[in-house]
Amino acid sequence: MKTIIKYVLIDLLKNRTILIYTLVLAVLTISVTGMSDNMSKGMLSLLNITLLFVPIISILFATIYFFNSAEFTELLLAQPIRRKSMLLASYTGIATALGLAYLAGVGVTVCILYNSLAAIALVVGGVLLTLIFSALALLIFVVFKDKTRGIGAAIITALFFTLLFDGLLLAFIYSFSDYPIDEPLLAFISLNPVDLARILVLLQLDAAVMMGYSGALFKKFMGSATGSIYTAVCMLCWMVIPLILAVRVFRKKDI
Amino acid sequence: MKHAWILSWLLLVTGSVLATTIVVKPGPDALRKAISSARPGDTLAVQPGLYREHSLQVDQRLTILGNGMPVIDAEYKYPGFLITADSVTIQGLQIQHTGRSSISDIAGVRVSNAGYVTLRNNKVLDCTYGIYLQNAQHCQVEGNTVHSGIKNEINGGNGIHAWKCDALQISSNNISGHRDGIYFEFVTNSGIENNLSSTNQRYGLHFMFSHHDTYTKNIFRENGAGVAVMYTREVTMTDNTFIQNWGDASYGLLLKEITDSHITHNRFIKNTIAIHMEGTTRVSVQRNLFQDNGWALRVMASSSGSQFTGNNFIGNSFDVATNGTLMLNEFHRNYWDKYDGYDLNRDQVGDVPHYPVSVYAVISEKIPSAMILYRSFLTSIMEQVEKVMPSIIPDQLKDDQPFMKKLEL
Repeated sequence: MKTIIKYVLIDLLKNRTILIYTLVLAVLTISVTGMSDNMSKGMLSLLNITLLFVPIISILFATIYFFNSAEFTELLLAQPIRRKSMLLASYTGIATALGLAYLAGVGVTVCILYNSLAAIALVVGGVLLTLIFSALALLIFVVFKDKTRGIGAAIITALFFTLLFDGLLLAFIYSFSDYPIDEPLLAFISLNPVDLARILVLLQLDAAVMMGYSGALFKKFMGSATGSIYTAVCMLCWMVIPLILAVRVFRKKDI
Repeated sequence: MKHAWILSWLLLVTGSVLATTIVVKPGPDALRKAISSARPGDTLAVQPGLYREHSLQVDQRLTILGNGMPVIDAEYKYPGFLITADSVTIQGLQIQHTGRSSISDIAGVRVSNAGYVTLRNNKVLDCTYGIYLQNAQHCQVEGNTVHSGIKNEINGGNGIHAWKCDALQISSNNISGHRDGIYFEFVTNSGIENNLSSTNQRYGLHFMFSHHDTYTKNIFRENGAGVAVMYTREVTMTDNTFIQNWGDASYGLLLKEITDSHITHNRFIKNTIAIHMEGTTRVSVQRNLFQDNGWALRVMASSSGSQFTGNNFIGNSFDVATNGTLMLNEFHRNYWDKYDGYDLNRDQVGDVPHYPVSVYAVISEKIPSAMILYRSFLTSIMEQVEKVMPSIIPDQLKDDQPFMKKLEL
């Protein structure tokens, strides 16, 4: 398993797309932090960049990579290797590569410039998002046989979580605004890793006050240590559950 | 008749000559004895030291001067001074540790039914109420430091508390850690100037039914709920700074039922809500700076006839929020950093109107829970769509002549 991880990782670190991804993130981070005069605003812009780019790039790149290396996978599976360790090894390789790219592009600059709790939350959120969307890409890879369909599914998944989900949530809030919906909302938010990451970071910033102003429950629960842990655990679930599903499907898959 | 005049004049002169200075040194009941033995017009020179005395009633015209900050300690049980005579001056004393009571309001210095009292350069520390003026006229409260360290607003009193007064002058005081920094109720024709009111549990300044008052050059910083101004007409607030009133239920300035007032040249920086207006009539808000606030203005639909002119709105999350579509207030010639119109004729005034209410402000005003989507990608798309085709935002609320450049205030 270690050997496979090593090969995938080395292959990916030489990959031009990963390098460009790192570079783009680094340039965006440096320009944003250089332009904004206070930390809160810089963090907000970085949060927007993270929430928009990380899910889409992670899931698209990982899906394409899995499909492209399908033949390599087949070849390896001809060897006495368990399917589970094969799949998890290539996931670990790609998730590590993308995670390192995010850490190098955003993490380093942010942690040096704004050495604060919010910066840590942003980096943790970004890395978790990378892990989650790579896991979703793995699930897409094992479910779909066809590369084109897989990429389509990847785009739809990313759009669903970054945009569509919030739209549905807003429609829900609108139609049930006469009822006490704070607690159901908390449950619904847990269904979207992108929202979880956003709230995880927002509650460490000054802007948290504005959320507390109208929705005291969010601040009270999410803003506490328990809330942060809950958010992180939810996000870990979002990584682990697709992985388990992918392994299960892959075990019986006809390759 | 002429003789009577000369006689009375002579009496006056000899009277003032006879006014003596009594030196008070620390000792058991030294101050109380000095006060009761003094005659009207006398001066008590209080020497440095610790005076464990309390409930000192000043019922005649005296001047009490402290040399080198003598300390009057009420041992956490009793009130400090009670002034019931006109023209009393208390200067340079440190009055501390009054008792706490839930039945009566215990104060460091209480002025009751008196006029022309001057309280200058005193320190009032850890008192339930610092300076308490009731039914007082023409009093001066100047250069005092009033500090307390209460933990919550239930146990504490107010720093400077005035009830049913007229023509007060409250200036250059430093008030912190009380329930309300300065509290006015039924106080008219008074001035509040150059004070610093900070880290109070509730309001930095709280006033009700206090007409014709002027507030100038004060700083209200980091108070639990900012400044609240209610049920009052003809108030003038100029050159004040409202800064860092940042919390879940915090206002820079809360205006409720205010009529015919002027808010000019103030600075509102980093407040959750800079100005909240409810039921106000004809309030003019001019040449103010609103910077880095959560909401710069929350103008409820119950407000009418107000003018917002020549203000700078910079870096606020939401510039204006309102709770209805009806808008009876006018916005003119302000600078909005979110304005993205153009100025073809180069007269520094934008050619298309600016709609300062963002769509998300409308939604979160209607349904507070929608705030959970704050800063999500969806909301920024909605903002852009609404800018192209306005349908949700109140179209009456607009600035027809927005400035292109920041105004010099």
